[in-house]
Amino acid sequence: MATRKRSTRAGRVDAESNGTPADGEDVAVPKKRRARKPTAKSLERQAKKLENERIKTQRIPARLDIDAKIGRLVTHAVEMAEKQVDPFVDIPVRALSNVNFSPRKKIIEMGDATQRRSLLNMNQARKFMQTFVVARGCQQLQAEGKTTSIRDLYYMSKHTLGDSDENTFDDQVESDPIIEDLEVTLGALREELHLFAAKRGSVVGPMTLIDAGDEIDLSRMGSGGWSVPGIVEPETIRFIGHEAEFILLVEKEAVWARLNEDKFWKRHKCILVTGQGQPPRGVRRLLYRMVNELDLPLYVFVDNDPWGYYIHSVVKQGSINLAFESQRMAIPNARFIGLSAFDPEKFGISPSVSIKLNDQDRGRAKELLAYEWFQDRKWQREIKHMLRAGVKWELEALSNKGLSFVTEEYLPEKIRSNDVI
Amino acid sequence: MASKRTGTKPRTKVTAETLSKKQREISVSEFFAKNRHLLGFDSLRKALLTTVKEAVDNSLDACEEADVLPEIWVRIDPGEQDKRYLVTIRDNGPGIVPKQIPNIFGKLLYGSKFHSMKQSRGQQGIGISAAAMYGQLTTGKPFSVTSRTGPRKKALSMQVLIDTNTNKPKTLNEQELPDWSLDHGTEICLELEAQYMKGRQSVDEFLYQVAVANPHAQIHYRNPNGETAFYPRTLSENPEPPREIKPHPHGVELGVLMKMLQSTRQPTVTSFLSSDFSRVSPQLASAIVKRAGLKPRSRPKTIVRSEADALYKAINHPDTRILAPPTNCLSPIGMQELLSGLTRGVQAEFYTVETRKPAVYRGNPFQVEVGIAWGGDLPADDLARVLRFANRVPLLHQAGACAISKAVNEVSWKSYGVQKAKGALPTGPLVIFVHLASVWVPFSSESKEAVADYDEIRKEIKLAIQQCGRRLGQYVKRKVRARNEQKRREIFNLYIEEVVQASEAIVGRELPDFRANLLSLARQKTELAELLDEVQAKPAEGEELGEQENVLIVDPDGEDDGEADFSAAARPSGVASQSMLELS
Repeated sequence: MATRKRSTRAGRVDAESNGTPADGEDVAVPKKRRARKPTAKSLERQAKKLENERIKTQRIPARLDIDAKIGRLVTHAVEMAEKQVDPFVDIPVRALSNVNFSPRKKIIEMGDATQRRSLLNMNQARKFMQTFVVARGCQQLQAEGKTTSIRDLYYMSKHTLGDSDENTFDDQVESDPIIEDLEVTLGALREELHLFAAKRGSVVGPMTLIDAGDEIDLSRMGSGGWSVPGIVEPETIRFIGHEAEFILLVEKEAVWARLNEDKFWKRHKCILVTGQGQPPRGVRRLLYRMVNELDLPLYVFVDNDPWGYYIHSVVKQGSINLAFESQRMAIPNARFIGLSAFDPEKFGISPSVSIKLNDQDRGRAKELLAYEWFQDRKWQREIKHMLRAGVKWELEALSNKGLSFVTEEYLPEKIRSNDVI
Repeated sequence: MASKRTGTKPRTKVTAETLSKKQREISVSEFFAKNRHLLGFDSLRKALLTTVKEAVDNSLDACEEADVLPEIWVRIDPGEQDKRYLVTIRDNGPGIVPKQIPNIFGKLLYGSKFHSMKQSRGQQGIGISAAAMYGQLTTGKPFSVTSRTGPRKKALSMQVLIDTNTNKPKTLNEQELPDWSLDHGTEICLELEAQYMKGRQSVDEFLYQVAVANPHAQIHYRNPNGETAFYPRTLSENPEPPREIKPHPHGVELGVLMKMLQSTRQPTVTSFLSSDFSRVSPQLASAIVKRAGLKPRSRPKTIVRSEADALYKAINHPDTRILAPPTNCLSPIGMQELLSGLTRGVQAEFYTVETRKPAVYRGNPFQVEVGIAWGGDLPADDLARVLRFANRVPLLHQAGACAISKAVNEVSWKSYGVQKAKGALPTGPLVIFVHLASVWVPFSSESKEAVADYDEIRKEIKLAIQQCGRRLGQYVKRKVRARNEQKRREIFNLYIEEVVQASEAIVGRELPDFRANLLSLARQKTELAELLDEVQAKPAEGEELGEQENVLIVDPDGEDDGEADFSAAARPSGVASQSMLELS
């Protein structure tokens, strides 16, 4: 490496001293530059010096606490500025290209690829500035010992730059990804940064827990259930006891309400959870803790379409965007209970309640087929069957056979015959 | 036949005899009285413009011919009745001999220009007399002419009526004016039914454009609202007078050739060819005659149609090499003069002009000049304004049918940094000036409103626009680059301050060195980027914008000192803003 570098540099100097005699001096005495007519090459060489391309990727040590980690961001930038090199932050890439599926652990893990974000690059300057503004907000939360929503942080950090008409952020959609960038860069969990997303999701079941000091009996939650907070770490939530035999995660809140009204959880001794669509981090983390601490099996009950399949996949293996959280959220034992593409036939559900697949559905299904963690024979069969049939089914389609068909017949039959993936 | 007759009304039998009673000569005046649209009198608004236009054209031509620096007064007053206007146009030209006054103004197709192969504004000799006739037809009043041919002569004033049946003028109330204010000159005053309106096709706009294309002319104008405009001359020399040339063989059609054969004074076909045409040497003449299979010494008047046809074919045979017609008969505006005219009329920051070398269409020499003005006070979101001129006369109507508009449309403006929607004019702070000078401008109609679409002409116009466009593109790109630099610097400084403040809050102490280091980094970086841009964008040696004679940059920020000085000298200070009518 070193020898190759030296030889190219020597070669470059040679080439230029052949061209214009002034160039040799350019390198040694930059101050004289103005007096002479600069060439494109000499200018490019000088500009190169300010770039940070040659600086190695900076990793922030995992053992540090959050305060120190945020401090590292600043000291690193100060050092670069002192060396007169464009300051930067190396951010792990959150994309399909940088995730690996570990066949052993059966979860999606983040790779090592990072993306450099520099201050003095027209295309990156704004994001660099925003990264520092968010870091400052997080540092402030640490210092004050407070926890807030990511929406709050957006409002905390939003202000106008100098006397320009530009804002630090124009919209929350601009600050949210920056927060995720910071999480991966610092190797910090969101709750470690004292942040949580808008809360979503409800639970009922034969179980008792302590939430922020209050004892909650999940079997006495009425029709609405206990709503899952954004942070469910042991400091806030402790499990006391339960009589459940399994956990059922339901995609649709309406179906969850049907199951709750029919007291499905009572008859079948289960904990009934909904994430209202793709479950938020709080629900995923709660499921993870229940499965691992209470040693309960988890069944996932979703629509029969690519998006439903993917909800199960995220619960089971983790997501691409939050691959760094898979370790503490993914539940490799999660079972897909339905709706399977084969179910309507088995249970004699009228084709009249099916919905035709659109182009978007087909495209997404093909993407799923290609994912490493969907290579299981059963999954390939399941997805291909849906594509062949050309239709998708919503959970509510089961109500076509009677309001309580799902609680009385469908689910008990599926569990009894262990017809799951 | 018979069955058709039954049951129908009895009809008078039409015979050749009865028809012959109706057949008589139609006077030219009568024809035009019924076809006024051909001459540009189809609407009330247009009639006013055409009248002013024809009179101003004549005045400028007369002044230039007599080598007098033109000064023209145009005045439009509301008439006694509604929709009537009194138009007065006076010039300091050579004047007109009293005997010719009624003929020039009162007789259609009478003039000095139709028969000559020479660049001039008027061509057919119908313009001003048509205006006079239009006035008489709509108001019933005669027009009056005052003219003086020199300081020792007395000014003579007369009124003229035209007999539309005989195309003959009748003079009334002839009288001498002892104290006329000009030493020499002509004034015509006529009343007509018309409508005065402002806008792109108004008299105001016409005179403004005349001023742009004729920087040597001084124009005073008063419109019916009492508003005045004064365009002082910015050049104190008349343009080089155009020379008269003989027709070029390629520009002559068979019928014309036969007519010329009949009327020539030359004794032989060979000498006819070599002395009645330009670019035909005696050798070439013999060769043509030989190729046509004629006897070299045959008399022109004895040539029959088939022989003339052979002669015509021999002239246009691909092996007959005839030099392009001489082009010293053309009088272009000239690059410096055009720049001067543009700066007088258009408030922009970048001007560039191009005068093409003369070219030929159908044996007629022509020359194209283009000027482009960009930026400055011009509206940035409007469509570009195209000023079309033929022999220095503004063309205000029928833009869509004009070869000039088509050429403007065909240019790919996007590569010069100018927006353009398909089929529309380019958008931006842009004025495009196109001038076609020719011995015989091919108009698409008698009212001289649009240039006919000859491939040769359109190609030349396009080439000239492209030459100007490339220079405009250079300037626009430079400008955009400079703006980007400015923006980059501002943004970096803003972000640096934000990053430093966030950092100080995080570490809990001030970081003055951090700020200083970052600012210095940013400065170095932008400076290097600018230098690099400059080095890379530098055009070939001697091509630097602003150093070229056909480019003028009026930099509002005064970035380049040398150029700013030049512009101050070139633009008459204060004139444009103070005394120009608000024309829109």
